[in-house]
Amino acid sequence: MLAVTPEPLARAPAVTLPAPRVAPADETPARQPEPRLAAQGLTAWYGADAGVRDVTLAFRSNTVTALIGPSGCGKSTLLRALNRMHELVPGTRVAGRVLLDGHDLYAPGVNPIQVRRSIGMVFQKPTPFPTMSIAENVAAGLRVGPRLSRGEREAIVERALKRAALWDEVRDRLHHSALALSGGQQQRLCVARTIAPEPEVILLDEPTASLDPSASARIEDLVHELKREFTVVIVTHNMQQAARISDVTAFFYLGELVEAGPTARIFTAPTKAQTEAYVTGRFG
Amino acid sequence: MTPRLGRRLFGAAMTGATYGAAALAILALGAILAMLVARGAGSLDWNFFTKSSVPLGENGGGFAHAIVGTLLIVGLACAIGVPIGVGGGIFLAEFGGGGLGWLVRFVADTLNGIPSIVIGIFAWTWIVRPAGKFTAFAGGVALACILAPIVARTTEEMVRLVPNSLREAALALGYQRWRTSLQVVVRTASAGIVTGCLVAMARVAGETAPLLFTALGNQFFSTDLFGAMAALPLQIYVYAVGPYDEWHRQAWAGALVLILLVLLLGTFARLVTRARRHA
Repeated sequence: MLAVTPEPLARAPAVTLPAPRVAPADETPARQPEPRLAAQGLTAWYGADAGVRDVTLAFRSNTVTALIGPSGCGKSTLLRALNRMHELVPGTRVAGRVLLDGHDLYAPGVNPIQVRRSIGMVFQKPTPFPTMSIAENVAAGLRVGPRLSRGEREAIVERALKRAALWDEVRDRLHHSALALSGGQQQRLCVARTIAPEPEVILLDEPTASLDPSASARIEDLVHELKREFTVVIVTHNMQQAARISDVTAFFYLGELVEAGPTARIFTAPTKAQTEAYVTGRFG
Repeated sequence: MTPRLGRRLFGAAMTGATYGAAALAILALGAILAMLVARGAGSLDWNFFTKSSVPLGENGGGFAHAIVGTLLIVGLACAIGVPIGVGGGIFLAEFGGGGLGWLVRFVADTLNGIPSIVIGIFAWTWIVRPAGKFTAFAGGVALACILAPIVARTTEEMVRLVPNSLREAALALGYQRWRTSLQVVVRTASAGIVTGCLVAMARVAGETAPLLFTALGNQFFSTDLFGAMAALPLQIYVYAVGPYDEWHRQAWAGALVLILLVLLLGTFARLVTRARRHA
């Protein structure tokens, strides 16, 4: 609910914007990178309730797009509809299109398993497979791909762990249980597992929600690195985090996309009153 | 002060009650074990494990045929019942939401509740009578009918304990449903499943009634699955009701061996669970 209570006039902004690490995304279409992934008129139901209603939003390559909004606003549902995870819950339904490089992922004949191999996902809580070693965890997604030699697999595991900034901490215990790692390490392991099969897009569903601040900071650095190679979409409850790591921010409210645009603009000059109320911390 | 004292006394009394209940449970096992050791340990010698029954009037002889028979029949019961039970349990936990799941669960619970002698009669009617002879195979099938539903229900419980987040993580990597179930969910639950199988094995190893109608018992050493075969509970039964002191002594020793076997399986089950927890 939008409780618009009178506010004191002089109020410090709830979000302090850090210095942008890259030039802010230009809003003129010509200079923007190609949209890699796009939702078009996407509606996702749980039973009779639409968790996400008629969302049209493009995700550009080498860009971090943050989905923000209060709890229950549909941002996680949208994320799960992008890689066809939403339909795994009984009683759910999706309408509309999701385009990956122009191909509709919901077209008849598209195999959702293939979709999930090209769009990786990292969850809120670290989910290392408890029966597998660190190396086996990273290689888990490779099992369903083409057959690899042992050497190729080891090289991919090492590269994925390096890209996830975990290699130096685990290089001596690759064959030990992944459960011995700290929460932050486990989450970076999950990132390594997600990027090892080289997906096109990486979806992160509140990846730092269960981590302490320093572990969160490492994940944020990692997200920043990931966008060199991937299209990144991150759901976050933490507006400072969205401001720090994303290039584009999309604000959701009650299942609808209220506003999307370059992060700096969304946080400094939002065009919708709801967005402003949320980013300045008046509700949510 | 009074309420605090009252609460403390109540807490102490309840704690004492739980200790008492635990002590009673251990006491029962301890009493049985002590009696079996007192009466049976003296008859445990090399001959007991290596010789079979001897004709009346001769001294010596042992339970080798019954020990081997129990191992074979229980092994056969596991070979039949464990795949069915584990498979059924995985089905119930992973895909058993619908009407078929309800039916399988109902059948498993009903089978669990059927007295074992009824299962023996069932195996006699469908296997022994058509075949025209008592067989260890029929005994194995009867024990499998007791073992499978126990294994199915414990497997279901163990698979259900695996957090859904692990399933989702595997599916998000592009794992198919079957691969997620087998390579992630069942692997994660495997220690619990093995424990369930061992507990079920211990349970059926001591069953006597179903074997009376099926394996029948045998005074001679036999490894022929399609003939009558001795088993520890049967041999104990025959010797315990027999009129000879020598038989009684051996029955006590056989009971001791049987309970040690069950304890061994139980200990093994605990070790598997513990090894998993420390992995």
